[in-house]
Amino acid sequence: MKSDQFKTRSKVRTIIDHLVTSLAVIATALVVTPLVAIFIYLVYKGASSLNLAFFTQVPKPVGEPGGGMANAILGSGILLGLASSIGVPIGISGGIYLAEFGRGTKLANAVRFTADVLNGVPSIVMGVAIYALIVNPQKHYSAFSGGVALGIMMIPTVCRTTEEMLLMVPHAVREAALGLGVPNWRSVLSITLKTASPGVITGCMLAFARVAGETAPLIFTALGNQFWSTSLNQPIAALPLQIYVYAISPYDDWHRLAWAGALVLIILIVLAVSLVRYVTSRGVLKGAS
Amino acid sequence: MVLCAFSIFGIVILIAWQLILRSQLAWDKFGMSFFYQVFTDSYTQQKLYWDPVNEHFSALPFVFGTLVSSFLALLLAVPLAVGLAIFLTEMCPRALRGPLAFLTELLAAIPSVIYGLWAVFVLVPLLREHVNPLLIRSLGWTGLFGDDNPTGLGFVAAGVILAIMILPIISSLTREVMTAVPHSQREAVLALGATRWEMIRMAVLRNARIGIVGAIILGLGRALGETMAVTMVIGNSPEIHHSLLANGSTMASVIANEYAEASADMHLSALTEIGLALFIVTIIVNALAQLLVWAVTRGAPRQAH
Amino acid sequence: MGVGIEVINLNAWYGTNHTLQDINLNIPANHATALIGPSGCGKSTFVRCINRMHETNPIARVKGTVRIGDLDIYEDAKPVEIRRRVGMVFQRPNPFPTMSIYDNVAAGLKLNGFSNRRALDEIVEKSLKNSALWDEVKDELKKKSGASLSGGQQQRLCIARALAVDPEVLLMDEPASALDPVSTSKIEDLIFQLKSKYTIVIVTHNMQQAARVAEKTGFFLNGRMVEFDSTHKIFTNPSDKRTEDYITGRFG
Repeated sequence: MKSDQFKTRSKVRTIIDHLVTSLAVIATALVVTPLVAIFIYLVYKGASSLNLAFFTQVPKPVGEPGGGMANAILGSGILLGLASSIGVPIGISGGIYLAEFGRGTKLANAVRFTADVLNGVPSIVMGVAIYALIVNPQKHYSAFSGGVALGIMMIPTVCRTTEEMLLMVPHAVREAALGLGVPNWRSVLSITLKTASPGVITGCMLAFARVAGETAPLIFTALGNQFWSTSLNQPIAALPLQIYVYAISPYDDWHRLAWAGALVLIILIVLAVSLVRYVTSRGVLKGAS
Repeated sequence: MVLCAFSIFGIVILIAWQLILRSQLAWDKFGMSFFYQVFTDSYTQQKLYWDPVNEHFSALPFVFGTLVSSFLALLLAVPLAVGLAIFLTEMCPRALRGPLAFLTELLAAIPSVIYGLWAVFVLVPLLREHVNPLLIRSLGWTGLFGDDNPTGLGFVAAGVILAIMILPIISSLTREVMTAVPHSQREAVLALGATRWEMIRMAVLRNARIGIVGAIILGLGRALGETMAVTMVIGNSPEIHHSLLANGSTMASVIANEYAEASADMHLSALTEIGLALFIVTIIVNALAQLLVWAVTRGAPRQAH
Repeated sequence: MGVGIEVINLNAWYGTNHTLQDINLNIPANHATALIGPSGCGKSTFVRCINRMHETNPIARVKGTVRIGDLDIYEDAKPVEIRRRVGMVFQRPNPFPTMSIYDNVAAGLKLNGFSNRRALDEIVEKSLKNSALWDEVKDELKKKSGASLSGGQQQRLCIARALAVDPEVLLMDEPASALDPVSTSKIEDLIFQLKSKYTIVIVTHNMQQAARVAEKTGFFLNGRMVEFDSTHKIFTNPSDKRTEDYITGRFG
């Protein structure tokens, strides 16, 4: 066999192969480590600071121990509710347009591109823009402006996921609806959307989870509030914003609260992400065949 | 329906318009030199960049800070992200793949402020006590690691936390383009008698390289706009030093720190102009990244990981 | 020069699917051997066992002995080595799209450490001549990408690529099934020329093709090798009824 000229490099090649495998494993370990470290630390620090008072009390003045972030939790709830009422309808409608009516048209491509642009806008820039659009004219910070900022940030995610989910509905479903003599727009809404609804809902959840943790757009729109507030026209507290303020403060008590808040926030987000993964991996369109 | 689609246009146009409008004041006064001018402090004769009191506004330190922290982040994140992607796509036992991919997804979902929180209380002390002294001792000769900032804050801290944050997106996109390489290409290389790494190199990485570059650029886009975690660890000083351990500031962090308190019109306008610059740059970077990734995957619908 | 292939009690699985059952076979050196049979009968799996490609699938398993010349390829050699010595051409041409024609052919050589420019030039030219592609591409070797050729040319490029690393055996898994008739006949002429230098095993769905190019033919059915004999005998006077049924088109 004249394989000798080929044999000389064989050892080196094998060594290189093993080396690369080791490097890849090391890289993986290096990635997994901070993640695990962060989670463990969060749970450890957060759990020890978490108590009932956290959920029921508002912050106490500096120097007084105790207190909680009840106002921030409520504030986040209000902000996210407002955000969803803006982001979800516009996003879903946009997604429906892209998937059903504008498919392949230049306009649809422009819309999709614009949604991607919106997605890439840094959240702090969004805050600046909303400040200019709403806070400045109104001459005061408000929950409303914060909610609008978050709502706009939800649009691209909801829009894209809705489009993807609708595109996954098999053509047969649409044809069946049309065959029943239903005019196009009704068939879309009632049948296709219903078929894709689990996926669409998870898309909304994903967008929700993403903006739930956003701080930057709120710094000069919702501003934050040390007190209990439910008004849309006043500054309002939000969980991530409160965490930020407390984290950079010099007070140990507030640091404690920041960890607790972070734990609550991360649990909510992990739940949302896990749920999304569960639904999409199980096969979203169960009734579609 | 179409109305809603148009509202997306409207929103982006409104944002752009407001940003342009509000930065008019600073633009009229400084023009393009806003981004590179250097002032001199009349008392100390030191270089000065950002002095709201005397209406000296130069965005140079923030541009510098954004670039340095982002590229440092890329330097750390890209090898790890690509290594992770290679492991997950080509080497990982099937059983591990799902959990590891899920873990990476979780990394991407952690809010910036929580990264910042962890960075302030865990990463910065770690850097301060152990890593930075080591860097100063071993690499101080390069001039890049000075010892006049013992706080642990600074560009290194920002670079590390940014790296952790952009890693998942680079990795998952790289995985996507690697998976898009047809199996027949892998077989062709194996059939020539290649080792597994040679197959990965020749068939997968080579064919997917454009998309991988796109993934890296997308990571860069994310790093450029990242605000909270960076603000919490970079030290917030509007100065330029050659030491990576020095405090600094980024375009996003200066807006986050000063916007709420700024009262003077020129100050606000200057900050808005920085925001506008950030807006434009991230649009370009993200559009470029999308283009590159699309070129490889041909717009195929996202697969479940 | 080519070598003979000896297969003894070869069994192969895809997961729980027992794809190949007790295959015993002697493939003669410097001849073309055709493998025919209906879809899913295991002929592709069989050839993939000869260059140890079958095991690249995580759920695949092999048992038995395959000898190429004197070498037991499962016991006494590593897959990487075997795959260099046993070349493979696939059903759909798969040239490397990011590489030029030259680099495509030189790919296997570069893997093995060939860097001498002149040596590479020589081998590339020889391989392209042996695969009847040289005249068509000699002016654009480094300018055109491998994927910019026509289907038939791409397949001949893949053949050149396989030949460049100097194999002893050439496995062809339905090499012309994705090509037009003109390209197909070019490939068949090629096989005629190549078999004096290499041992060729060709899997084909096309019985006329087997009759045209191969001296020996094996008929596979449901994972077993039913009959293996000279091509002439298989197609005019098969010993097994099942072979006869397949030949005459009663099934498959």
